[in-house]
Amino acid sequence: MKKQQRHWYHYLWIWSIIYFSLGFVNILFAWLGLISFCLPLIFAIGGGNKLFCNRYCDRGQFLRVMGSQVGLSLRREMPDWMKGKAFRYGFMVFFFAMFFNIIYVSWLVGSEIQGIQEAVTVLWTFQLPWNWTYSAGITPWVAQFAFGLYSLMLTSEIIAIAAMLIYKPRSWCVFCPMGTLTQTICKAKYVPTTI
Amino acid sequence: MGKLSPRHAVVDSNMCVACGTCADVCPTGAMEIVSGVFAKPTEEKCVGCGICAKECPASAIRVEVRS
Ligand code: SF4
Ligand code: SF4
Ligand code: SF4
Repeated sequence: MKKQQRHWYHYLWIWSIIYFSLGFVNILFAWLGLISFCLPLIFAIGGGNKLFCNRYCDRGQFLRVMGSQVGLSLRREMPDWMKGKAFRYGFMVFFFAMFFNIIYVSWLVGSEIQGIQEAVTVLWTFQLPWNWTYSAGITPWVAQFAFGLYSLMLTSEIIAIAAMLIYKPRSWCVFCPMGTLTQTICKAKYVPTTI
Repeated sequence: MGKLSPRHAVVDSNMCVACGTCADVCPTGAMEIVSGVFAKPTEEKCVGCGICAKECPASAIRVEVRS
């Protein structure tokens, strides 16, 4: 069998490790997570493709490397309901509602209606102290958004890793909100060509 | 053109999430993601090895005897 050629973008999985490490040092780095929100949309809306998923997504690659190359995946078959449209679209709506809630809470903090929470919330339930990553002097809403985005990124990474360990390596990609959203955009733009 | 292999990959476009895993692992470069919507193998390139089917997280690929 032909060995596939390696390109620079095959190493983007390293970015996943760098991102979560940086957020452990200074929470402001969490803002870089917006790249993972903007780039897929730029490809989907601008180019009508899922090139981000297909080539540049650090998380997709990280799951493949850990699941396939390192061999951490049990490779069980995913239950049908997880692959179904109801779950995929439902999870997407829930995820983006949580994202807009982060923006709302940041606005509340910015308007001094609410005080900043120097914590990372995992799985929308467990609050982890994260205060060493934040120093007074940073504009409170900027830090609040960073805490919120880091919480969302960490939560989705934990779910993605759990899915990788139990099911096939890239099982998260079946119900990943960004993947579902970009495929929906691509479907809307798709004009079938006659062969 | 060489002879086509007896088996080939068939993608269920309703199940496919266009993640690109199949294209990533296909040893012959047969899989292509069409406009971010679904995966499609190039018939002449697909040798029916089934590597893509094994990796597809959505179980959208079957390897079938060519009709
Ligand atoms: S589906 Fe999500 S995790 Fe998977 S490659 Fe696309 S954006 Fe990345
Ligand atoms: S691996 Fe499966 S879900 Fe992903 S693009 Fe290929 S056929 Fe579609
Ligand atoms: S069956 Fe083998 S050659 Fe055909 S598309 Fe899948 S991985 Fe490629």
